[in-house]
Amino acid sequence: MATQEVQLNETLVHLKTESESLKSKLEEERAKLHDVEHQVAEKVEGLGQFVMKTRRTLKGHGNKVLCMDWCKDKRRIVSSSQDGKVIVWDAFTTNKQEHAVTMPCTWVMACAYAPSGCAVACGLDNKCSVYPLSLDKNENLAAKKKSVAMHTNYLSACSFTNSDMQILTSSGDGTCALWDVESGQLLQSFHGHAADVLCLDLAPSETGNTFVSGGCDKKANVWDMRSGQCIQSFETHESDINSVSYYPSGDAFASGSDDATCRLYDLRADREVAIYSKESIIFGVSSVDFSLRLLFGGYNDYTINVWDVLKGTRVSILFGHENRVSTLRVSPDGTAFCTGSWDHTLR
Amino acid sequence: MTIRTARPDRVQHFRRLHCLKKLEAIVVEMQDPKSGLKGSEQKLNVTTIPHVIAGKDIIAWIANKMKITVEEAQAFGTMFVAYGYIYALQNHKKLVMCNDSSLYRFQTPYFWPTQKWVADDTDYELTFFNFLHPFSKQAHYNRLHKWLFHKWDFIVMQATEQYKASRERKKPDRVVFDCQERAYWIVNRPPVSNMFYQQAIMRSKVKSSVSLGALVKYITTYKNHDPFLAPCLPSNPWQTDNDSYWNLNMRRVDVPTKMRVERWSFSLFELLTDLRGRDDFKIFLKKEFSGENLAFWEAAEELKWGTAASMSTKAETIFKTFLAPGAPRWINIDGRTMGLTVKGLDHPHRYVLEAAQTHVFLLMKKDTFFRYLKSPVYKDIQKKSLNPQPHNFSQAQLEQNAQNRSPGIHPTILWKQEEEEKAKAAAAAAPVDVKAMMSKIDRKK
Repeated sequence: MATQEVQLNETLVHLKTESESLKSKLEEERAKLHDVEHQVAEKVEGLGQFVMKTRRTLKGHGNKVLCMDWCKDKRRIVSSSQDGKVIVWDAFTTNKQEHAVTMPCTWVMACAYAPSGCAVACGLDNKCSVYPLSLDKNENLAAKKKSVAMHTNYLSACSFTNSDMQILTSSGDGTCALWDVESGQLLQSFHGHAADVLCLDLAPSETGNTFVSGGCDKKANVWDMRSGQCIQSFETHESDINSVSYYPSGDAFASGSDDATCRLYDLRADREVAIYSKESIIFGVSSVDFSLRLLFGGYNDYTINVWDVLKGTRVSILFGHENRVSTLRVSPDGTAFCTGSWDHTLR
Repeated sequence: MTIRTARPDRVQHFRRLHCLKKLEAIVVEMQDPKSGLKGSEQKLNVTTIPHVIAGKDIIAWIANKMKITVEEAQAFGTMFVAYGYIYALQNHKKLVMCNDSSLYRFQTPYFWPTQKWVADDTDYELTFFNFLHPFSKQAHYNRLHKWLFHKWDFIVMQATEQYKASRERKKPDRVVFDCQERAYWIVNRPPVSNMFYQQAIMRSKVKSSVSLGALVKYITTYKNHDPFLAPCLPSNPWQTDNDSYWNLNMRRVDVPTKMRVERWSFSLFELLTDLRGRDDFKIFLKKEFSGENLAFWEAAEELKWGTAASMSTKAETIFKTFLAPGAPRWINIDGRTMGLTVKGLDHPHRYVLEAAQTHVFLLMKKDTFFRYLKSPVYKDIQKKSLNPQPHNFSQAQLEQNAQNRSPGIHPTILWKQEEEEKAKAAAAAAPVDVKAMMSKIDRKK
């Protein structure tokens, strides 16, 4: 027995040193290819001044707005709030489209519009259900709902894939999952986060097979939807990652975190390439989204900061909300972006 | 830093679930020697494991006991697995209950989630040492060394003690205990695969300058197409309250705008994602008699994103139409890919056509796409495309616009139209079944 103990100790020590060297080797490899920082961006011309105004204010929620999503027709949006209501709006005319669907519970932290425009998905507490939309104003939508996803902890985000038939969800139980809407079947689950997963975003690439998720373990993981494996992982934030969003080209993504910074990660170079922060910004970022050259961030200090993606400088700061900005999305054709806030409104 | 009122604390949420008490009561009932489920001994690999139950038996018991349908019982059963009251012996990572002969066991009360102890780091590390995958042990040392340095000697001692004790147990008991422990940790702390570091080091990376350069190039290409950087024609609907911009760019316009046509030339991906562009591409392909590649690509996309139930029928149709020798729309892919795909179609799953689809996409991207851009079809549409005049509304007109915002068309109406169009196109394109026609003629005679 004594010799076994000694053997065990030796293997432990051996493995320990091996793994430490592995990790430092990875950092070395990553650093080797980092030959330029912003020299490339310096040659690009700067952006002029931007005048961005609130064009619409959508009032109708009775409590904090927690999530919103655009419809592919570029003018309709769905929003969910802590009063348990999910409202579909035509943001252009500011009319409420459907009778607001009232949820049986108040934790409606996620909502998504289906690509066809014919349904919305809402995540309440630990379940996600899909509600088909109809033209008939009197129809009781709650009756037609289809329960799809089920987690063992709260649902933090949900999103349709390229079709109405599949939903991707992330949850406080540390996993993400892909579901078949028709049957409610679990198609694939993604394990790897060590804490709650707070956000996810699907890649806009031609193959459309990957997505990124961010969690309370400060990691942003890129996953392969086919195999359920984590392909890449980035751990440079100092606090929980509240929001992730892919760049339109699909080669990079940004994340916003409680440490008051947004960071840009390049997937091909496999590293963080830019940090968007300022000494004067100390409140966390709740949500981020991209336009071609601009990164919009909604912050917990009630403002929206607009950053130049290439130069890393702040282009503009927008005021208007009277409480923290909880969600932010750019419209599908890039003509506008919408924010939802704890002040019960959307702009 | 910020007050986390919006997110319930994970462990507290877990514990506060009163339903767990109810679940436990049912689990106890399930194990009742008289009215509960009967376990049996099953052979798994080489060891015989006692008290094993099949998934379908559990589901049948639940359905019977609670007077619910089989589907509901299956969802209910999945909850037992998800919370860790029942664990699967095969395929233990997927936390669902399957309505078939997959084997399950009841978890010992020691590991039930309502036990007051939190899934502690120390315990996790100990278990990790004992039986998880050897690769996992490697990179885990970092965490261990950092977090538990002060407890290091204690851990090593505990680990060796546990190791000794486990050696003394009989083999079947050990297997059972290992299964129980593993099941507990899969529910409470998902294992981090640490072959990951090895793979991460080997993966090919690109120099920062190259990737940043690509980003700059992307931005330069799309600069004039971004509504924040360049004015959109005729005007941004949010600024002028006039939605002609959206109407001009709808799915089924006869004449697209110049910007839209220009965007199609950026990449095959852009061309195919814009359905109007795809239509134009189809016109070109029809002239070249090479429409089957795009048709195959579209069918493969439908398979990937379709409902699970339709999978096998779709796969069969695709095989008959595109891949079978002598098929009416046979695609020309290399032998190896064809072989792999056909083999995969024996057990069709969502991604069975992935290899073939990528091959076809690359073919189109490297060859057909460029020929399209130089073709008369494309040049024609470029000439015809509209270049709307920018709006120049006066203040009064702007106010008028704000009063008369058009409601647009509801997406469900558009969707129905789309489906109808698709059905029409499919019917028109269906290859004529010569045999059936001939036999019809024969019968008439």
